[in-house]
Amino acid sequence: MTDLNIITLVSVGAHPTSGRARRAEQDARAVELGLRLAGERLQLLHAGDPREETLRAYLGMGLGEMAVLEQPPGADALPVLADYLRHAGAQLVLTGSQAETGEGSGMLPFLLAEQLGWPLVVGLAEVEKIEKGQAQVLQALPRGQRRRLKVRLPFIASVDNAAPAARQSAFGPARRGQLQASEVAIVDDSLLAEAQLQAARPRPKRLKVIKAKTGAERMKAATAKASGGGGQVLKDVSAQAGAEAIFKLLVEEGVLR
Amino acid sequence: MSDIIRRDPRAEWIARNRLHPLHAAMQKAETSWMGPNGIVRKNPHAVGFIGPNGIKRIDRSGAQQGGSGKRTTASAVVQLPLHVIEQPAFYIAVVPDMIGGRLSAHDKDLLGLANKLAGSDGAVVAVVFGEYKENAFDTAGVDRLLHLDGELFDGYAPEQRILALGAVESQLAPRHWLLPDSRTGGGELGRRLAAKLGERPATRVWQVAEGQCIGRAGAGREDLVRRAPRLILAAVECAEPVSDSRHEVRPLELQGKIARNLPRIEDLGAVAVDPALIPMAEAEFILSGGNGVKDWTLFHRAAVALGATEGASRVAVDDGFMPRNRQVGATGTWVTARVYMAVGISGAIQHLQGIGACDKVVAVNMDPGCDMIKRADLSVIGDSAAILAALIERVAAYRQAGERDAA
Ligand SMILES: Cc1cc2nc3c(=O)[nH]c(=O)nc-3n(C[C@H](O)[C@H](O)[C@H](O)COP(=O)(O)OP(=O)(O)OC[C@H]3O[C@@H](n4cnc5c(N)ncnc54)[C@H](O)[C@@H]3O)c2cc1C
Repeated sequence: MTDLNIITLVSVGAHPTSGRARRAEQDARAVELGLRLAGERLQLLHAGDPREETLRAYLGMGLGEMAVLEQPPGADALPVLADYLRHAGAQLVLTGSQAETGEGSGMLPFLLAEQLGWPLVVGLAEVEKIEKGQAQVLQALPRGQRRRLKVRLPFIASVDNAAPAARQSAFGPARRGQLQASEVAIVDDSLLAEAQLQAARPRPKRLKVIKAKTGAERMKAATAKASGGGGQVLKDVSAQAGAEAIFKLLVEEGVLR
Repeated sequence: MSDIIRRDPRAEWIARNRLHPLHAAMQKAETSWMGPNGIVRKNPHAVGFIGPNGIKRIDRSGAQQGGSGKRTTASAVVQLPLHVIEQPAFYIAVVPDMIGGRLSAHDKDLLGLANKLAGSDGAVVAVVFGEYKENAFDTAGVDRLLHLDGELFDGYAPEQRILALGAVESQLAPRHWLLPDSRTGGGELGRRLAAKLGERPATRVWQVAEGQCIGRAGAGREDLVRRAPRLILAAVECAEPVSDSRHEVRPLELQGKIARNLPRIEDLGAVAVDPALIPMAEAEFILSGGNGVKDWTLFHRAAVALGATEGASRVAVDDGFMPRNRQVGATGTWVTARVYMAVGISGAIQHLQGIGACDKVVAVNMDPGCDMIKRADLSVIGDSAAILAALIERVAAYRQAGERDAA
């Protein structure tokens, strides 16, 4: 699979508590996945400031260079990335599923896929094989489940926290790596003109509201045990009959695979 | 409502006591009245009263009346008022996740938000793909139900679903699209729809009020406040679920056929994952054993046969039958399984706390009076070993039949 042309899009992240700039968690996982597939031939792409030092953390994972499309903060990264990818001849573009700074809407892979007309796989966990212009991949589902998909090349895939954990970034290679800046047209993002960012407010805790009209009802609601009530109880049945009933419920709920 | 006759001795006593200030209020309703054709009608059951020793008395002198006879408890099921929208001025479209074919708590919050946005003249349309098992759409706040069924939408078919939603868009032109911003599908479907419609969505929204919406941004350290766009991907607890009205759930049809696209992504089906490797807090199906499990090898075999993640009560862990990280409950893991099967667990409150978020609970126990049975949706009273053995057999037969069908 080493002859694959893979591009990973990376961004500058922010530490969830301190807010300090760092390599973004999911983007680093996307780089890791790319490194496993293409090794050193993996290409990195970033739209933003080429003098940003945090970007070197990605190079420290074992890559020599990164292409940076130079943009001021607050510019729309989408059109320039789409332009670049249209001519880059990549078969697979990897992204994180959500940026750690700015809006972080997670729309970028979707919009890129729409603009390029490529299929999109969400939550890529593993690429099993690539042959005859098709890739067989595993998609991560909630609750630790996996789904096997077959998708036509080229495609875009976003990774989330189910992808393999990123390797350490080494200091030496990070210093030696090159950030190749290139000039691009600047498109302003219209959103930030009308919306404002503010420090996150803690969300109000949901209160348990008891809608009771009489005192007796309120008393009952306050003292009731958490019980579903009305469950079916099978008594004095043979073990086989009991097992059959349980089996039926499991099949109905679709947990028996 | 139970049919147990409830007597109120005090009311009866007041009814007999003509000097009591409430005497008049305690008198029975009429026992005879004029019927529609001019014939006098009598209710023989309403005559007389129950005496202090429990025997019915009829006082023909007319001096004494009373006893309210049978006092009935107030009817327990209250019919909520029906909310009818005949000619909706606009639509609010909701695409619920329908995990396991039912509305999740997230979906219900979302429908609550939709009803808030719809006000009194909009209608809430729920767009549901594939088969469903939900039967409480009415109390969840669904005015119209658009059910899209067919093998086209089976399995993982996001592109086909987006085509269908595009058809809904052109037919109803909803004022808002609401989707759950969840990993179980809504987040992905909503973003695909946004890209398709060219709408910029508000994501991870947790409050919508007065045309403004607030959503988390970035890594969760900031909020983004903006005008509510057409497409909203809302977080859990974005609004209170509907609780005090019933809705019509009138079926809606999609005019015209949905175009069929050539899928670029092919679903090859679920992959078997080792259930033991799934973190317990996330596992979908847990087989949990307690003090009532005597044969632990059989228990492990059952877990393998069912493909379930193993859990345990504290006693089973303390006795050394299960590792500590498998303990479910207050001092263990709080699980969120969709199906939780408790074998030989009595249901102590510390254990029940840990399974509060579980959907369906199955109990296998010897004691029909234990607390786990009160919590369970299905309980089988009997010996755990025999039932587990029978269950393993039944599942093996099912698997074999499946293989024969496939071959
Ligand atoms: C501070 C504190 C924290 C705790 N935290 C936890 C916690 O996190 N998790 C937890 O689980 N517990 C916890 N406990 C312990 C809890 O109170 C109970 O003691 C414990 O849950 C009981 O476990 P059990 O149901 O397995 O055992 P038991 O209460 O002994 O119940 C055994 C059940 O198995 C049935 N049975 C017996 N033989 C058979 C058979 N052959 N076939 C079928 N059924 C059979 C019996 O009828 C009985 O209902 C905590 C207690 C304290 C004080």
